[in-house]
Amino acid sequence: MAVLDVLTYPDPRLKEIAAPVERFDEALRAFVADLDETMRDGPGAVGIAAPQVGRLERIVIVDCSGRKNTPNHGHMVLVNPEISEWDGYAVGREGCLSVPDYTGNVIRAERITLEAKDENGAAQSFELEGFEARAVQHEVDHLDGMLFLDRLVSRRSDLFRRKKYK
Amino acid sequence: MNEWFLITLFGDDRPGIVAAVTKALFDGGCNLGEASMIRLGGNFSIMMMVRHAGDATALERLLQPVVETLSLRLHVDAFAGELHRHKEPDVRITVFGADRAGIVAQVTGALAEAGLNIVDLETDVGGTEDKPIYIMQMEGEATQGIEALRQALAPITAEGIEADIAPIDTVIG
Repeated sequence: MAVLDVLTYPDPRLKEIAAPVERFDEALRAFVADLDETMRDGPGAVGIAAPQVGRLERIVIVDCSGRKNTPNHGHMVLVNPEISEWDGYAVGREGCLSVPDYTGNVIRAERITLEAKDENGAAQSFELEGFEARAVQHEVDHLDGMLFLDRLVSRRSDLFRRKKYK
Repeated sequence: MNEWFLITLFGDDRPGIVAAVTKALFDGGCNLGEASMIRLGGNFSIMMMVRHAGDATALERLLQPVVETLSLRLHVDAFAGELHRHKEPDVRITVFGADRAGIVAQVTGALAEAGLNIVDLETDVGGTEDKPIYIMQMEGEATQGIEALRQALAPITAEGIEADIAPIDTVIG
C-alpha cells in the first residue's frame, strides 16, 4: 500500500472525464487500497476520487464514519457510481484535496439515490442524505472532470437552510 | 524586496473603479493578494493586499493618477500579512432586528466572551429611513463550541433581536 500523489488544480487531468471500470481484479483492489490510504492521509478528507491521483477511472471512496453527528453508511467504495435520483437542495461549504487552502459554497441535492459496484463487482444501492450525500456528489463530480470551483455560489448570500433559534 | 502592503481605497461608486485601480497596480509591477471590495453607503470601498517592490510612498505615487481621476481616498500601510493563512469558519451567525444603537457591540461582545473568533462579518441596514432594519451576517470559529454561542445570544434574543446560528460542516473530498 502507498500514499499516492494528489493532483492539484490546474492539472489538466482533473478536467478529464473518467472511463468506467471493466475489470474487477486484484489490480483494481490494490489501487482501491492505495486510494483509501491516500484519502486517510489528506487532512480531514471524507472522500477521494481516482482522477485526483491521476487514474482516469470511475472509482470513488467516501467515508463519513469518523465525523460526529453525521448519519453515514460507513466506508463506501463506489465503482462506476450513478446517481439516479436527486431531491431537495442546500448550500454547503466544500473544500478539496486538489484545491488546497480554499473552501467555498456549493449547491447540492440534499438526498440522492446511488447505484454503484463495489471493488469486487457486486452491485450496491444507497439512499444518502445531508453531509454524506454532499460528499458523494463532490466525488462523482471528479469523475466528470468537475471541481467544486466549477459550482461556486456566493459566500456572501445567505442561502443556508437555517434552523430557527429561539 | 517584495513586501505586502494593505491599501484602502474608497470613492463615489461608478463603473470601472476596480478595473482602473488594478490596471495601475499591474502596470506598476504589483501583485494582488486577498481583497474585500464592496459598495458601502453609495461609495465603493476596496481593502486589498498588494505586493510591491518599492516602499509605501512609491505605491501611493503609482496610484496617484487613478486616485485623482476617480476622486478616490487612498491609504497605504506596510503589512505583516501573508497569503495562505486562512482559518476555516465552523459557524455562521445571522442577527437582525429593528435598528438601534449598540446591537453590534452587544452581540459581538457576548459572542467574543463565548469564544467566537470572527473570520468574516458583514452588516447592512435595510428597511426604510423611519423604520430601519439592521442585519449582520458573520462566519467564524466557535472555539468553545456552538452551544456556548447559543447560550450567549439567548438573553439578547429575548430582547427582540433575532439570531440564527448554524454550523458550517465543510466537506473535504
